[in-house]
Amino acid sequence: MKTIASIIFVLFSSLALTAPLMAFEINGHVSAEGRLFAHDPLYPDQEKNNASIALEPEFYHAWDVDYSLIFIPFLRIDNSDSERTHFDIRELNILLLGNPWELRIGIGKVFWGVTEFVHLVDIINQTDLVEDIEGEDKLGQPMVHLSAPTDWGVLDFFVLPYFRERTFPGRDGRLRPEDVIDTDNPLYESGAEENHVDFAFRYSQIFDFGDIGMYYFKGTSRDPLFSPSVNSNGQTVLLPYYQQIDQVGTDLQMVSGNWLWKLEALYQDNEIKSYYAATGGFEYTFIGIGDSMIDLGIITEFAYDGRGDEATTSFENDLLLGLRLGLNDTAGTELLASLSYDLDNKGNVFRFETSRRITDNIKVFLEGWVFFDTTPEDFLLYSIREDDFIRLQLFYYF
Amino acid sequence: MDKKMNQIHTRSILFIATLIFILAITFLHMSDHALAETPEQKGLAIATEADQRDTGYKDSIADMLMILKNSHGQESRRKIRFRSLEVEDDGDKSLTIFDSPKDIKGTAFLNHTHKVDDDDQWLYLPALKRVKRISSRNKSGSFMGSEFSYEDIASQEIEHYTYKLLRDEEYEGMDCFVTERYPVDIKNSGYRRQVAWIDKEEYRTLKIEYYDRKDTHLKTLTMSGYQQYEEKFWRASEMHMVNLQTGKSTLLQFSNYKFKVGLSDDDFNKNSLKRVK
Repeated sequence: MKTIASIIFVLFSSLALTAPLMAFEINGHVSAEGRLFAHDPLYPDQEKNNASIALEPEFYHAWDVDYSLIFIPFLRIDNSDSERTHFDIRELNILLLGNPWELRIGIGKVFWGVTEFVHLVDIINQTDLVEDIEGEDKLGQPMVHLSAPTDWGVLDFFVLPYFRERTFPGRDGRLRPEDVIDTDNPLYESGAEENHVDFAFRYSQIFDFGDIGMYYFKGTSRDPLFSPSVNSNGQTVLLPYYQQIDQVGTDLQMVSGNWLWKLEALYQDNEIKSYYAATGGFEYTFIGIGDSMIDLGIITEFAYDGRGDEATTSFENDLLLGLRLGLNDTAGTELLASLSYDLDNKGNVFRFETSRRITDNIKVFLEGWVFFDTTPEDFLLYSIREDDFIRLQLFYYF
Repeated sequence: MDKKMNQIHTRSILFIATLIFILAITFLHMSDHALAETPEQKGLAIATEADQRDTGYKDSIADMLMILKNSHGQESRRKIRFRSLEVEDDGDKSLTIFDSPKDIKGTAFLNHTHKVDDDDQWLYLPALKRVKRISSRNKSGSFMGSEFSYEDIASQEIEHYTYKLLRDEEYEGMDCFVTERYPVDIKNSGYRRQVAWIDKEEYRTLKIEYYDRKDTHLKTLTMSGYQQYEEKFWRASEMHMVNLQTGKSTLLQFSNYKFKVGLSDDDFNKNSLKRVK
């Protein structure tokens, strides 16, 4: 940690001294959060509610239009779960702009995908699961990323020299299985373990009627399997097991008037169980309902995973319905409500999230999750069946 | 004999002259009719001339301060950077980058305008590093909670409207055309018609009245502080939109206009969205 900090300091100060100061910016946010759970915890050691604070500053420096450096550290301190108290470097990279190619070297973040609810094909960055079970928070990924736009599409090449393990709640935390996931003793298929070098190649293109992307990934699966084990204290734990995979994926989006049609699909080849998975659907937006400024979007998506009950997600045969309300007011008020309905009746989830600006610098987020009709066949949902909660976050932006 | 001949000669000259005169009058009258444009043709001609005068700007950048005011006079400010690229034979491309409020800093909106087809639009959400394609039919939707809708701030292509010259009128001491324009995309536009005041000297739009689908006067836009750049292109430094039905208003203040800074298609694609700062 100290080494990283001193490297960053030397980098910044030397660059700042040698180059004419073109643009240096500090932005970011601090946030305070409370999570209130509706029921008492199911497992011993778990604390009922939790509060935490987080800091995510962003340091940005550009020398001229062709060179820039970005550094985004992240820190959360949680009062009950020691695994949720964590530090990460979300980004620390140099961006070189050629013409027209660009090269990014360092820790970065990349998102692929089009659907609203299940982020199936997104694979470059590991999920920071202790942050949010929705899976949209990601850990920084070391990478060399070359992006080359051509007349017939954009080509992206990735070399990923280091693997990031997924974060999981600890013994005191909620939203976990009965047996705690032992993140200190991960298992790898590759002898190189977390030092395995992964590769990815992606092609994407935009058309008047829509956007298309496809990729090939070879390396360590971001999505672990679990192997039961007994730790030194004699407790049963789950060890994450990271396989080597070959994966092809595609994301398609078509636009037609107020309709957006979306599809993500992948095929993964691995040693244990190769599989197909897909998710897709549509979003239709009513603009200015009832002569107001309010937009209403209706989202219908379907998610399928060929592994069935053995899937590492709970979206193996689910219908996902959503309503999105955008008030288009000065406060930027938004609301998204969704129902994930399991077509095999293994367990359902209702969720809402809403946000609103209070002042120019302060924003409030509120989200709620309800897990219902859960069955042991959906292990993930069944484990958290007593963990209905609301989460209130207050962000201060600087 | 000579006398008689002279008389005939004079008569025939008189006859021919009369004939020519009548013909000339008829012809002039006819040609006057033939050359006369309908108010619709005149309206289109004015729009075409205004567009012609703005052709050749290639690309431009500007800073924009958006001041939103509600009916109680409370103010809220947004800082925005605006880049646009002229596209030959199609609508212009534009990139709008938000610098404040801070929670949306780095959010960027990319628009490829088309003359006839729906525009192509993408929104970049920096926190998720996600580029979202968005439905471009939201023409009447509010731009950033302001009194400007997407169609108000979009590149104004001739083909987006049909026109009619209403009258000539003096406005702010300038001789103006007052023209009416009707959106072609009736289904998705928020307006039945717009009335624009355009000065005859430089073809600058000085004022627009917006009438909603029920033909009620909804908003009035006044554009002021015009400055000429590159000895050709006129740009307003203030655009003030007042909503007559809600009492809310939005003031856009433009500064640091620069032209021909060398932007290209590569600055207006999905990759460019991800690297805006």
